[in-house]
Amino acid sequence: MDDLRNRYLAAIAGAGDESALEALRVQAVGKKGEISLKMRELGKMTPEERQAAGPALNALKDEINSALAARKAALTDAALEERLRAEWLDVTLPARGVARGMGTIHPVSQVMEEVTAIFADMGFAVAEGPQVESDWYNFDALNIPGHHPARAEMDTFYMARASGDNRPPHVLRTHTSPVQIRTMEAQGAPLRIIAPGRVYRADYDQTHTPMFHQIEGLAIDRDISMANLKWVLEEFFAAFFELDGIKTRFRASHFPFTEPSAEVDIQCTWVDGQLRIGEGDDWLEVLGSGMVHPKVLEAAKVDPAQWQGFAFGMGIDRIAMLKYGIPDLRAFFDSDLRWLRHYGFSALDVPTLHGGVSR
Amino acid sequence: MKFTLSWLKSHLDTTASVDEIAETLTDLGLEVEGVENPAEKLRGFTLARVAEAAQHPDANRLRVCMVDTDEGQKQIVCGAPNARAGITVVLAKPGDYVPGIDTTLGVGKIRGVESHGMMCSERELELSEEHDGIIELPSGSVGQSFADWLAEHDPARVDPVIEIAITPNRGDALGVRGIARDLAARGLGTLIDRDCDPVPGAFPCPITVTIDDDARAGCPVFYGRLIRGVTNGPSPRWLQDQLRAIGLRPISFLVDVTNFFTFDRNRPLHVFDADKIRGGLRVHAAQGDETLVGLDDKTYRFDPGMTLISDADGVESIAGVMGGLRTGVTEDTVNVFVEAAYFDPVRTALTGRALKVNSDARYRFERGIDPTWTPIGLEHATRMILDHAGGEPSEVVMAGGPPDVARTYRLDTDRVQSLVGMAIAPEVQRASLTALGFCVEGDLAHVPPWRGDVQGEADLVEEVARIASLTRLKGQPMARAQAGVPKPILTPMQVRIGAARRALAARGFNECVTYSFIDGAAAKTFGATDAARLENPISAEMTHMRPDLLPGLLQATARNQARGMADLSLFEVGPVFAGGEPGEQETVAAGLLVGASGPRDPHGARRPLDVFDAKADLEAVMVALGAPAKPQMFRDAPAWFHPGRSARLGLGPKKTIAVFGELHPRVLAQFDVKGPALAFVLYPEALPLPRKTGAARPALVLSDLQAVERDFAFVVDADVAAQDVVNAAAGADKALIAGVSVFDEFTGDRAAAQMGAGKKSLAIAVRLQPTDRTLTDKDIDAVAAKVVEKVGRATGGVLRG
Repeated sequence: MDDLRNRYLAAIAGAGDESALEALRVQAVGKKGEISLKMRELGKMTPEERQAAGPALNALKDEINSALAARKAALTDAALEERLRAEWLDVTLPARGVARGMGTIHPVSQVMEEVTAIFADMGFAVAEGPQVESDWYNFDALNIPGHHPARAEMDTFYMARASGDNRPPHVLRTHTSPVQIRTMEAQGAPLRIIAPGRVYRADYDQTHTPMFHQIEGLAIDRDISMANLKWVLEEFFAAFFELDGIKTRFRASHFPFTEPSAEVDIQCTWVDGQLRIGEGDDWLEVLGSGMVHPKVLEAAKVDPAQWQGFAFGMGIDRIAMLKYGIPDLRAFFDSDLRWLRHYGFSALDVPTLHGGVSR
Repeated sequence: MKFTLSWLKSHLDTTASVDEIAETLTDLGLEVEGVENPAEKLRGFTLARVAEAAQHPDANRLRVCMVDTDEGQKQIVCGAPNARAGITVVLAKPGDYVPGIDTTLGVGKIRGVESHGMMCSERELELSEEHDGIIELPSGSVGQSFADWLAEHDPARVDPVIEIAITPNRGDALGVRGIARDLAARGLGTLIDRDCDPVPGAFPCPITVTIDDDARAGCPVFYGRLIRGVTNGPSPRWLQDQLRAIGLRPISFLVDVTNFFTFDRNRPLHVFDADKIRGGLRVHAAQGDETLVGLDDKTYRFDPGMTLISDADGVESIAGVMGGLRTGVTEDTVNVFVEAAYFDPVRTALTGRALKVNSDARYRFERGIDPTWTPIGLEHATRMILDHAGGEPSEVVMAGGPPDVARTYRLDTDRVQSLVGMAIAPEVQRASLTALGFCVEGDLAHVPPWRGDVQGEADLVEEVARIASLTRLKGQPMARAQAGVPKPILTPMQVRIGAARRALAARGFNECVTYSFIDGAAAKTFGATDAARLENPISAEMTHMRPDLLPGLLQATARNQARGMADLSLFEVGPVFAGGEPGEQETVAAGLLVGASGPRDPHGARRPLDVFDAKADLEAVMVALGAPAKPQMFRDAPAWFHPGRSARLGLGPKKTIAVFGELHPRVLAQFDVKGPALAFVLYPEALPLPRKTGAARPALVLSDLQAVERDFAFVVDADVAAQDVVNAAAGADKALIAGVSVFDEFTGDRAAAQMGAGKKSLAIAVRLQPTDRTLTDKDIDAVAAKVVEKVGRATGGVLRG
């Protein structure tokens, strides 16, 4: 019996494929297999012989079956290994369908959303107004009468009038401030808005483009003071530049539509020709602001005896340049794909206060 | 506005340093744009005395000097002819930078003799072009700073020049005295009294002055006087120094006097050569077309109404703007007529602007000068002319009368706290205003005549806060508009615009921000009229407000193609302008595609982009914006699209929500774009806003019954739209048919060969979703028959055999 066992186990171990294995199974434990025939002979044995040979044969049969199963599994594994080896690919080849590359959001759009997220938390809504504007909204209502030197200094673009149309020409708004008037007219007081958008001035050189972006801020209530303005701006800069305790400096200035007026500087320093915001002893002018002039409130049908508040105007392109280290304003409007990809933002980088406003 | 420190100090008694003064000016709202301090580059140079000077052993023209310095006696080799024992010199030591030779000194050997420094000439210190010898000082002690010595003995050489920016309201700061007054009010010194007694006239003025009624508004008052027997010539050195320091060229004394008072007191004056005036002077309004050659040698022609000053020979001066050449003062003038007049700011501004003259006089009159100081200024000028040029003054002639500019406002001392948020004691507030020249009586503040900008109570607050310094302002938290979590603030349209932008970027588009103005030809191509044309464009490329975003994107594409980039997908979300009136503006989103679907790769995925790529992007954005699922498609896209490869999407035939297609080859040629280019424009403002129904979704209904899909191939005429086949099939059983999609189109010559000329085959899959029971073959056959029938009736299509 040992002989039988050794022979079959050796044969199973040596079987090269599943059909050889099946032949061995039939030969050993099939209906007419060697072991099956031996088991049939058990009936002819004496009880004593049977008692010895029966369990031995059953054990042999189990052992052969196990060996067959194990060998079959080994053969399947080997076949799979072989297939996988054949299926090898050079996965360092480029990915499929990288399509046209990453899309990007322009820095102006991104920064507008950042600013909006911050001011929204302080209760400022987003107001809009036309970019072709009447001279009344752009100038007169803002306490800039026709002869005021500020009008000449603003390098205003005028819209052409058809011959026979003798109204004063419309202008391309020189600032976002007309939105103050339009929003106060429409909503009255109290009021808190920001108004981002395109503005236009006839100026083109290293640091000026004939179109750029501003954001106006306006808060009107019964008791809003310039000290509130300072706090709001300091909170804004801290959130926008993500710098705690960034210092601002208010300097007396003049704008026809605010009184008192202040230019606002933020703390900065220059290290190896690189500007760093929020450190050092230097100051960088970033915006103009002040308390809304009583004549402006009157022009917008808000009673200056009842209401007061602040307004400010800030360059969006400029704060984008400061925050993200973008050197040249003119490149903002050139649409150079390399620039768009380098300075642009991912579609999924939506600025939020909880997730952070910077990327 | 430029001035020197010494000029300032002639009005302000102060010990403050230049830096302190500059910082204070900026803080007061007189923003310093630059300080040029000649003493800066002289820092480090000290005085020394030559003890001995011996001939250099090996060089005839060199001397070896033993020089007493603050660091003991040093040996210095010097080539100056005047180097000799006993003279006080200016010493540069090893390590000092000498600006005139752009060198940092070291210890050197000159012809074998060690030299420990250098005795400087004026040119070497950039003080002048003088280089004949080294500086010899008449006084000074060894070790004293040279800059200090100059400040004491020759201050003009080290007089710092400060330049400030003037905001339009602060005409008064266009005179040095106004600047000094601000600084004194801040406490940086005291204002020096510079009054002068009137000079009595010795004889009646022979030149008469009249103001015509039509010029009274432009010139309310005119004073003048003749000074006869003056000696004109170069100005005294101090006056020339001051004028040169602020960038003015000294001309002759009489002219320099007028420039001096222009900058000293913000009081422009004019001097005439009295011998060239024929008859009296007449101030009048221009009739139109008069001409004058100005002091700048240019000829000016006048519009009716401009204020002019004429004599019997014609126009000789443009009021408040510029004098004329004919009657101007020369070196030979002996009889001078001095004019001090007050001209109206608005009229002066309009005249100056129309004639395009920017003169110091115009700049001041249009910002407003102190009208009450007009006669006083004339007296000051008379005194100065008599002192330096001699002569005999006439009595003063006057025409008109000074305008009344007296104004009084109530000073509410609580207002600084409530408006600015600064606590300033009432007596401090009154003292600030008084120092600025206001006359404060109780709670009334009378405005000084030089502060035409102060027009109300808020201006008083501004002055008080400005003098107290806004730098001291402390931020105070502003209460939330409402307690608790802030509410959303964006309007649904603002949300939609933002979504369009992010959806496009998510599909691989790069956002551009292009100019709102484009050139006229581009504007016309895209359907604009001249209604949105600029009157004063900055260049020929920027003459019209854009009627569409595509011109800007086409230009951007051309620029990028020129830089070698072939595969581009650019978009912009921004305003377009239908006309030139406020509000004729709409925010739209547009995308432009050129090139291939991606880079070349080993998977063979690259293919040229076509109109269906643009359609896919457009549909994706429309989904992101919640556009209606099935807008109608019209084949009448605008003319800048390829007529056969474009469409307009609308809600009804009138209301366009988007256009897309391949751009017209002629348009591409106009913009120098290598095509084909695919584009779409979406009008988010035309999409209806969804009705607000709350956050909860409708319940999800799912069927356990298997859906069944059946394919059909129809032979139709080649011009039948696939959408018509789909719509017809979908209409066959609206309850059962859950979707119809086109999965194959067989067209072209081979199709015609199989199915007949002018035919094509369209294959559609119809998906049936049973709702109450499993479909039997009979059910399915019935629906299929209806599909075939419907499609046949709508499009003439027959099942392909």
